[in-house]
This record gives sequence, structure tokens and C-alpha cells, in this order.
Amino acid sequence: MLNRRDFLKAAGGCAGIVTLGGCAGSVDSRSKAGGHVVVVGGGYGGATAAKYLRMWSKGSVEVTLVERNREFISCPISNLVVAGERTLADITVSYDGLKKWGVRVIHDDVVGIDADKRRIRLATHGELAYDRAVLSPGIAFLWDQVPALNNADAQTKILHAWKAGPQTVALRKQLAEMKDGGVYALTVPKAPYRCPPGPYERASVIAHYFKTHKPKSKVLILDANEDVVSKKGLFVKAWQELYKGIVEYRPNSELRDVDVANRTAILEFDKVRADVLNVVPPHRAGDLVAQSGAKLANNRWAEVDWLSMESINVKGIHVLGDSTLSAPLMPKSGFMANQHGKVAAAAILNLLAGEAPNPEPMMTNTCYSFVDAKNVIHVASVHRYDAEKRTMLVVPGASGVSAARNELEGTYAAGWAKNIWADMLT
Amino acid sequence: MNRLTFACLAALALAAGPAAAQDPNQARNLAATCANCHGTNGHAVPGAGMAAIAGQPKETIVQRLQEFRAGKREATVMHQIAKGYTDAQVELLAAWFAAQK
Ligand code: HEC
Repeated sequence: MLNRRDFLKAAGGCAGIVTLGGCAGSVDSRSKAGGHVVVVGGGYGGATAAKYLRMWSKGSVEVTLVERNREFISCPISNLVVAGERTLADITVSYDGLKKWGVRVIHDDVVGIDADKRRIRLATHGELAYDRAVLSPGIAFLWDQVPALNNADAQTKILHAWKAGPQTVALRKQLAEMKDGGVYALTVPKAPYRCPPGPYERASVIAHYFKTHKPKSKVLILDANEDVVSKKGLFVKAWQELYKGIVEYRPNSELRDVDVANRTAILEFDKVRADVLNVVPPHRAGDLVAQSGAKLANNRWAEVDWLSMESINVKGIHVLGDSTLSAPLMPKSGFMANQHGKVAAAAILNLLAGEAPNPEPMMTNTCYSFVDAKNVIHVASVHRYDAEKRTMLVVPGASGVSAARNELEGTYAAGWAKNIWADMLT
Repeated sequence: MNRLTFACLAALALAAGPAAAQDPNQARNLAATCANCHGTNGHAVPGAGMAAIAGQPKETIVQRLQEFRAGKREATVMHQIAKGYTDAQVELLAAWFAAQK
């Protein structure tokens, strides 16, 4: 029997009936999807896209993943490393699982993208030709907005730890070495930024560390935003009930610069000295995206077609994750990047087979945040494509937060991490 | 009427129909939105504390999702997520997971 696709293919053949003279094949179009996809960036978005392209094409599409780091290190759960509750090894996963799916993994840097010729140049591995490229580089920091930190040496003293890895460990060390009675200050950039609840989670779990190990110490949140950006009620409740006298929250406190030697945050009307100063600078799409010629909104985030995650102006370039100009109420989260990776993989396989992308993509998101070593709060939402507005919108009624912080979700958060790491990497 | 002409006529008839075209892989695509928590194709990582839904009977999955939506089954997060999917999508999801070995 002919299925719908065969009918459409047959219909396509009808136009060329005189010259081509045949269209009766009934091959499943998916098995025709061949080609080479280069994925750059092996984080939550890119690794997921690479695996799902191989899995869903049953190995018929070639996939090369270019990733700078030897191992994947997760941003989600990294705040527990900062707080001394986990080690870096606990949030590190090998890329070997992707190799088992037949993904060719190259550890290298991209030095150029030619979207017209569909070629990507690597620092030491020559050039890669692609049929479609997936860029998932994460974020780049706008160091020029914190002038004193715009050099490598200063960045080893005043840390961001907003990309998991050596910075995570270094921030842990600064906190461990801080004397009791010290002040840890965290600056939060204006939204949108990576991981909306992340700063408040970090402040909470560090407060837990202080409460249990250095009870005279303080956590100061210097937020450029006018209010807590995510899960406000639940975070504020945790600070009041668990960390009274430890956590202090200051809204409308945008960072202008820092005094590196004195670990001082320079705000518009105030200077705040800390023992450990942790600056999360404002950010934008990873540099790779601009290099590809993809259009960036406000010179920061890539505008994509949500049916395919393809750049709205550069054909054959798909952008995922934190680098994208988020749809309404869509967070820049690892969970979301994983969902972007799957929508892109499905669309790319259709496109490689000469079919239109799925017209009804869906994505879900859940961000779990620890408020101490065990208790967790979440925010969840389900998003579906709105054909009229041509963006992803939250399905009415399908969103919400935890009723209260609870230990059960502490176990679910840990289980989520294990499952999503496996979903993208094994 | 040869086979080609038949296919062409049938295709034109189908193309003229009102139904919005659903991607033939929509069940697979929808199920991928659950994989972050329940594992790829519902195969949760053993011992990680998330329910493995691969291979559960279709009726069971449909029933649980409906109970989550109606607030009749204890949940931390599924009552919110289940509300994002239509009845037809729940059917697709349940059939997909039930078929996973
Ligand atoms: C954020 C993580 C998360 C996502 C995403 C998620 N689930 Fe769940 N699921 C859970 C948790 C946690 C439970 C346990 C009930 C609760 O606390 O909400 C659960 C329970 C279930 C159950 C009952 C299982 C049993 O054996 O009791 C089913 C069925 C289910 N989910 C289906 C789905 C489907 C289908 C999707 C995708 C549309 C999905 N879930 C997406 C976390 C998730």
C-alpha cells in the first residue's frame, strides 16, 4: 500500500511525467536520507543532535562532531560542585558513547565557516564539507562590558564559573579557602542569560555551605534585574526560612566594572567589596554563530526558524541552545538545548530526504534547582509551534513550579541529570 | 489506467483534502520530548530513580497521563507536563512507548 509520502512523491513525479516517465517507487523516504552533517559544539544541544541524527537515520547519515574539550562537563549540577557537594568527576561524561553511535568525534577548534561552499575549516584537522551544519557553541561573554576583566589574568582571579570546568573547581577552591565571616558576592547580568534560575541556585547552595561550615559568612546577590528572574517565590522563601542573616538580595544592581586587586564590584552608585567575587558577565551567542554569517538579534542571539532551527538568513546552518534568540518564555537551559537538538535532527533528516520539516514540533523544559544539599524546586513548561506567530509558545495551562521545596525532587533532579546525560551521550 | 496514473490521481485527491499534514514520525518526535527524564525511547537509566516507560502497556500510559492531567494521580511535575499534550498526542505517545522493547 502507498502511504502519504509515497502519494506526495508520486504527485511530485506527475509534474515531470513527460520527461521523467516514472514515479511509482514506494521506498520509505527516510531511508533515502543520506549526507553529511557537521555538528560544532558537543554540549546539551550539539551532542543530542549528533546522537539523534545517527539513531533516527539508522546510520545512513554521516555525522561529525567537532568539540574543543576532551570530555563533556555539565553546567547543570555544577553548582553542587561549587558548594562542595559533588566533584567535577560526578558531572563529567566521556564522548565515547557517541562514537558507538558512529559519530566521528574530532577534538579541535573551528577557525572558519564558508556557508556558501558549505565548508568548515578546523585549526589542525583541515576542512570538512557538509550538507548541513549544526552550530551549538553555547555562550560568549561580553567582556567589554566589564573592562577590568577584559584580560586573561584578571579572569583567573575574578571567576565566572558559568561554563563548567576549571572555573568551577577554581571557584570551589576560593570558597573553601575563604575565612569564616567572609562575604561571597555574585553578580547577575540582565536577562536573557544562560540558566535563569542558576544564579539563585548558586547563591542558595553556597549559603548552605556557609551555614554548615562557615556560619558567620554572607552571600550577597547583586542582580542587574529588577527582581528575581526565575522561581522567585520559592527562592525568596528558601532564603528567608533557611538562610536568614546569610543571604542578602539586592535588585537593580548592575555591574559597571570591577576592581580586581580589591575584589570589589563597581555598581552605578556603590562599590561592594567581597572576599570572593563571582562575576557572571552578560553574554551572547558563541562566536562561531556570527562567523557563519547567521543573523543575530541585537548583535547577540541567532534568529532561527523554529520548525528546523535553521538560521533565518543562512541556508544549511542550524543553530541550537543558548545561542538562539529564545522564543517567548523559553529559557536558555541545557534541557531546552537538548530539545532544540531533537527538533533540528528530525528536520534535517526530512530536509536531506527532500521533505518539509515536521510542521508541529513540540518541546518541553524543566529546570530543577537545589536550594540546599537535598531540597529541590522546579519550573516546567511545554511549548508547541504556533503556525500563525511562527514561534514556539507555551501551551496554555501546561507550566508551573513546585508546590514547595522538597527532597523527592532532589532525587528526581539527580535522576534527570543521569537520564539526560545518557540521552545525549550514550 | 496504469499504476503511475493511479498514484498521481490518488495523490492529487489526497493533496486536495483538508487535513493538516502530520509528519509520519510525529510519535517518535513527541516521545523525544520525554526522553530527558525517562530515557531515550523510554529506557530510563536503571537505578536513577525515574520511571522507565518503555514497554508499558498502551492503556496504562494513556490512563496515567489522563490522571496526571486531571490531578487524580500524585505528581511533582507530570500534572504540569501532561497538560501540554492533546488526547491525540497522548495516544501517539502511549503507542510509541508501548512498542519499545
Ligand atoms: C522533568 C522530567 C520529566 C519529563 C520531561 C517527563 N516526565 Fe513523566 N514523570 C516524571 C516524574 C518525576 C514522574 C513521577 C510522577 C511525578 O512526580 O510527577 C513521572 C511519571 C510518569 C509516568 C508514570 C510512570 C509510572 O510507572 O508510574 C508516565 C506514564 C510518564 N511520566 C510519562 C511521560 C511522558 C509521556 C512524557 C513526555 C510527554 C513525560 N513523562 C515527561 C518526570 C518527567
